[in-house]
Amino acid sequence: MMRLIRSALVIGRRDFSATVLSKAFLFFLLGPVFPLLLGGVFGGIGARVANQTDEGVIAVVSSTADFSRMYSARERLADAMGDGVVRLVHYSPQADLRAQEKKLLASRKPPVRAVLSGGLSHPHLIGAIGRGDPILGQLNLILSGASTAQSNPPRLPVTEAASSSGAEIKDRAVTGQIGQMVLFFLTLFLAGMVMSQLIEEKSNKIIEVIAAAMPIDALFIGKLFAMLAASVIGIIVWVSAGALFIQMFTQGGVRALPAPAVGWGVFLVLGIVYFAMNYLLIGAVMLTIGAQASSAREVQILAMPATFGQFLIFGLASTVVGSPNAPKALAATLFPLSSPMAMLARAAQEPLLWPHLLAFVWQGLWVVLILRLAARMFRKTVLKSGPRSKWRRRSTKTSEAAGQIT
Amino acid sequence: MTGSLAVQAIDLVKDFGETRAVDGVSLAVPTGAIYGLLGPNGAGKTTTLRMLTGIIDPSTGARCVLGHDRPLEAASEIGYLPEERGLYPAMHAREAIAFMGALRGLPLKEGRRRADELLEQHGLAEWAKKPIRNLSKGMAQTVQLLGSIVHRPMLIVLDEPFAGLDAINQARLEELIRREARAGATIIFSTHVIAHAERLCERVAIIASGKVVFDGSVAEARGRLRPIVRLRTRASDGPWQETIPSSARREGDEWVFELPEGGPEPLLKALIDGGAGIETLAIERPGLHDAFVAIAGNKAAAAMGEEKPQ
Repeated sequence: MMRLIRSALVIGRRDFSATVLSKAFLFFLLGPVFPLLLGGVFGGIGARVANQTDEGVIAVVSSTADFSRMYSARERLADAMGDGVVRLVHYSPQADLRAQEKKLLASRKPPVRAVLSGGLSHPHLIGAIGRGDPILGQLNLILSGASTAQSNPPRLPVTEAASSSGAEIKDRAVTGQIGQMVLFFLTLFLAGMVMSQLIEEKSNKIIEVIAAAMPIDALFIGKLFAMLAASVIGIIVWVSAGALFIQMFTQGGVRALPAPAVGWGVFLVLGIVYFAMNYLLIGAVMLTIGAQASSAREVQILAMPATFGQFLIFGLASTVVGSPNAPKALAATLFPLSSPMAMLARAAQEPLLWPHLLAFVWQGLWVVLILRLAARMFRKTVLKSGPRSKWRRRSTKTSEAAGQIT
Repeated sequence: MTGSLAVQAIDLVKDFGETRAVDGVSLAVPTGAIYGLLGPNGAGKTTTLRMLTGIIDPSTGARCVLGHDRPLEAASEIGYLPEERGLYPAMHAREAIAFMGALRGLPLKEGRRRADELLEQHGLAEWAKKPIRNLSKGMAQTVQLLGSIVHRPMLIVLDEPFAGLDAINQARLEELIRREARAGATIIFSTHVIAHAERLCERVAIIASGKVVFDGSVAEARGRLRPIVRLRTRASDGPWQETIPSSARREGDEWVFELPEGGPEPLLKALIDGGAGIETLAIERPGLHDAFVAIAGNKAAAAMGEEKPQ
């Protein structure tokens, strides 16, 4: 056992220093900045596109008095609902109403979605609006509000409570979801890198030297933990930068985030442990798959289905959010590859701590099992090592026996 | 298994799918010996060495390396230079040697100290802090060789160590092998070039088609053949001709035949008495190459002859 650990340390130390001391590691640390920049750029473009592609207005062909009442009703609705209430533009009726409607529907300045004519007494809507369109509901409310006599609604006095069960459940579920997503994306990027870890040794032919000097298990363990250590450096940088950003640019800072059921301190510790477990589990599977590839091209080909597999696992784990004790959620908790993400979401929603201890043991057991399987597969399929399989021995005996008979 | 043997292999078989690469190889390598594995490409030398170093397990058969049935248990006592050389290109020469030592359990600090010594001894001191990718092929090969002995192993396994080296480096390597053997290490190496085995080895195994066709000392291998007589006479005809064997052949103006059972004296007497008029008579001891031809066959010898000794 000590030899295994010593050997893994030799590999881990080499891999860690080769990773962290390379210039490429700076880009690795800057990695999360690129999606944020992209988000900013594309968000800006999206907003501009959204502004430019105006949803269109409702052209109201009516008397000024009717329009005035409709406009007031629309403003009251907008006060209650916020943005998103349909805009109304007034047009005085012309002699040929049909021709006016047709002309307005073809108008581009402003673009018209529908024409409301007939005033408050006989309202009629013409335009490209389906029966289920929410604009119809809004227009009904506006017409209803405009038709009835208005009185000021009673004021609803509000007393703010620190928390309520409904809000707490919702907030904790949000925390769980955010935690899961952070875990998922971190592992997604890192697991892809782990997949190509053995290619260096295989392409440089160092694998022979290593395989002759230590158990293959040690090689796998060393590689996996080296990448974990390198990624922990990354995570410390990213989390610190993220917390600083939230503290500086959001109201209330980090404290404004909804508190998880186990409390922030325990949640963060569990988050780190579950990140490590998630990385080790998914990483071990990726290393196993990557170890079978003989070239970088093969790794790239394998990367896509492996990434989709991770999305499936994330989908399974996300069933815990909102209903941590549902059968699907329990299955996600038990399934080793989704277990860390599922348990982190559970930590956000349920205060019990002992299930986490069980989960660590369970997940750790699977890390060991997968690594052993990976090493075994590597020896069997890549190094072509080991005795003949029982099946082959049996078939050889059968053919030898057949040879003797003939 | 015997204590005085560094390596013993009993009936090793290795199948790759339907192909049998090694077919019942048995070897006995005495402690402290320089032992050569000879054989053409595809004979099974590398697969045998990989089984002996623990990189792969045999399909069937047993091995005992430095007293361990599992060679990896003796990894710290074994040095191995694989046929396909490989180093991390970005690693410095000194670090590469220390890393290879660390793989075998040598502390990095001590590995670096010994790496400096070894690089100095081999005229590579100025390359110690240069990345491997900047070294010539020969230099990189030397660095890897030094990496395989930096932990001072009891058993050194070298797979085609002379391949790719120029004459000067081949001579240096021969000297290094002798030096390690003098220091008490057992050395097993495979080679295409019989001359190296002839110069270095006390014992050789000849492998052909996955089987050991000979295992013994170089002298024993040569002993399989009778000495060759090369005779040039003034007389072209006469009773002396009855004294040379019927299998004798003409090579230019010489008769070439195996020395008869009785040895040189009766032959000389019969030639003189028969009026041969001996101009020259040479008795040649057969070389390892001749023994190899006789043992492994002409086809195997032709395959090995592709690479000429330096």
